Amino acid sequence: MLHIEHLHVNIGDKEVLRDINLHINEGETHVLLGPNGSGKTTLLMTIMGFSTYTITKGTITFKGEDVTRMHSNERAKRGMGMLFQRPPTISGLKLGKMLSAISKTKQENIPELAKTVHMDRFLERDINKGFSGGEIKRSEVLQLMIQNPDFIMLDEPESGVDLENISLIGTNIGALLEKDKHLAKRKKCGLVITHTGYILDYLDADKGHVMCEGQIRCHGNPREILKDIKQRGYRECMECRNQ
Amino acid sequence: MPEPVRVPNLSKADQNRLAQSGIDLSMKNRCGSYLQMDQDIVQSECSQEGIEVLSYKKAMEKYDWIKEYAWKVVSPEKDDITRYVAAQKEPKGYVIIAHKGSNNIFPIQACLFLGREQIQHVHNIVIAEEGAELHIISGCTSGEHVGKGGAHYGISEFYVKKNAKISFTMIHNWSEKIEVYPRSASIVEENGVFLSNYVCMQPVKKVQMYPTATLKGANSVARFSSIVISTPGSHMDLGSRAVLEAPGASAELITRAITKGGTIISRGHINGKVAGTRGHLECKGLILQDGVVYAIPEIEGSVVGTELSHEAAVGKIAKDEIEYLMSRGLDEDEATSTIIRGFLDVKISGLPEALQQQIDASIDVAEKSGF
Repeated sequence: MLHIEHLHVNIGDKEVLRDINLHINEGETHVLLGPNGSGKTTLLMTIMGFSTYTITKGTITFKGEDVTRMHSNERAKRGMGMLFQRPPTISGLKLGKMLSAISKTKQENIPELAKTVHMDRFLERDINKGFSGGEIKRSEVLQLMIQNPDFIMLDEPESGVDLENISLIGTNIGALLEKDKHLAKRKKCGLVITHTGYILDYLDADKGHVMCEGQIRCHGNPREILKDIKQRGYRECMECRNQ
Repeated sequence: MPEPVRVPNLSKADQNRLAQSGIDLSMKNRCGSYLQMDQDIVQSECSQEGIEVLSYKKAMEKYDWIKEYAWKVVSPEKDDITRYVAAQKEPKGYVIIAHKGSNNIFPIQACLFLGREQIQHVHNIVIAEEGAELHIISGCTSGEHVGKGGAHYGISEFYVKKNAKISFTMIHNWSEKIEVYPRSASIVEENGVFLSNYVCMQPVKKVQMYPTATLKGANSVARFSSIVISTPGSHMDLGSRAVLEAPGASAELITRAITKGGTIISRGHINGKVAGTRGHLECKGLILQDGVVYAIPEIEGSVVGTELSHEAAVGKIAKDEIEYLMSRGLDEDEATSTIIRGFLDVKISGLPEALQQQIDASIDVAEKSGF
């Protein structure tokens, strides 16, 4: 589904990602781990196509098509979606209006979908204005439910969220990633940034990657990597220069 | 239901311009209507019990006491505009009286249409007597063929009595050649509410106005809301003022201003004269193309116990907001207009649904032409 090869990314003149290689197949969910500031969010924003991040070398291929130079809306139309850690507040724009704009000709029942993530009372509120951590994430999940992407990137879906909300968010993200379907029939794939790993209780991740200083340093079983990091921290990862 | 308005001499295009100014010729959602084309009064009627829509002349003939309300809150000596209107031998305009306890669910429409004349002048008086609730939509527009240009001078005096409410929604739909000089003021008595809404999404050569509400009664309320777009060649000098003279009085002045190359001067003044008063002034400006948004908010408090605040911001649409919507599949233009739409979306509490829809419809027209 997604193939990233030898990707280098700049913000302004500064290189922030170096030689990233990542392959996510249909039905797989990968986890991205790494210390703060290591480039995890940058990688997700680059894959989504945000203009702050300039690709200087390498390619991103999605569903067999080179999307390296595409705008984010073109990527979204091809089936990419993202849950933002800190989405912007848009004064005046009501959540309900935004959802209708995303949904366009699709026939989703927005109020019904909103109820499933307890956001039905927020449809007349300005997007993210005064939302709590959990409300922001539930609003993000609701937008993704309407978008219904084939490849979903999740940037710390559990940060700032209480346990009850993690369960609600996790269950709904699990459904978006077709975790209820048999492995062989599962088509959707995901890439998740997490520090705590709580969200993995709902997602059953297949592979894990550790980022340090703008590079992916190692790959492996996500639960094992997480356990290791919980015990030893990132110090050894930082010291490790071999992929 | 009232009879439809008949305007046999009006082209289809001009009828459309009327509709865009909030004038419903079918009268389906209106309870009364006043239509003045240049200096001719075409219609003046109201089917709602307890509410009268009269021409200025007829009102003066019918009620002797009306003259007590003329030139009382607006001084005839204020400026050249008021002097010009005051000097007219045959004053035009409307008088709307909502008698004690009356209430209109469907608004009254007042249409001022400038067709051929050089200067259209009106003098309007609006009175909501004790406990009455009155909603008015004023659509001001000009014919598509106003060649040499023209000007509109409008005096409006509003009286909101004890426990009464007036909402006045004015939609301007002039053209590049028209100059407009409204002169309006209102007095709000105890527990009275005055809502003044102004919408101008279309080009105009010049608008200059500074309506004032004097809150004389305890717990009276005034809310001014302006939603404007200024295109190249348009000069809009807009203000609103609230004078808080009684305990519990409060005022809110809200402006959303977008320039696409024109000039908008957004003035505002709240004067807290007694204790126990509150006021807030808010102006948000968006510069889509080089033009001017000049916000001049003034708050003036002179006693302990008046609380006044203001908030003004001028800027562009943030890139991260556009890209956020693009990542959900909207293209750049769709994302931009969705954000502008939100920026202009000022929900006015206390306004009947039909009038909110009319304001939304004016924004729709602007959105369809790509703002």
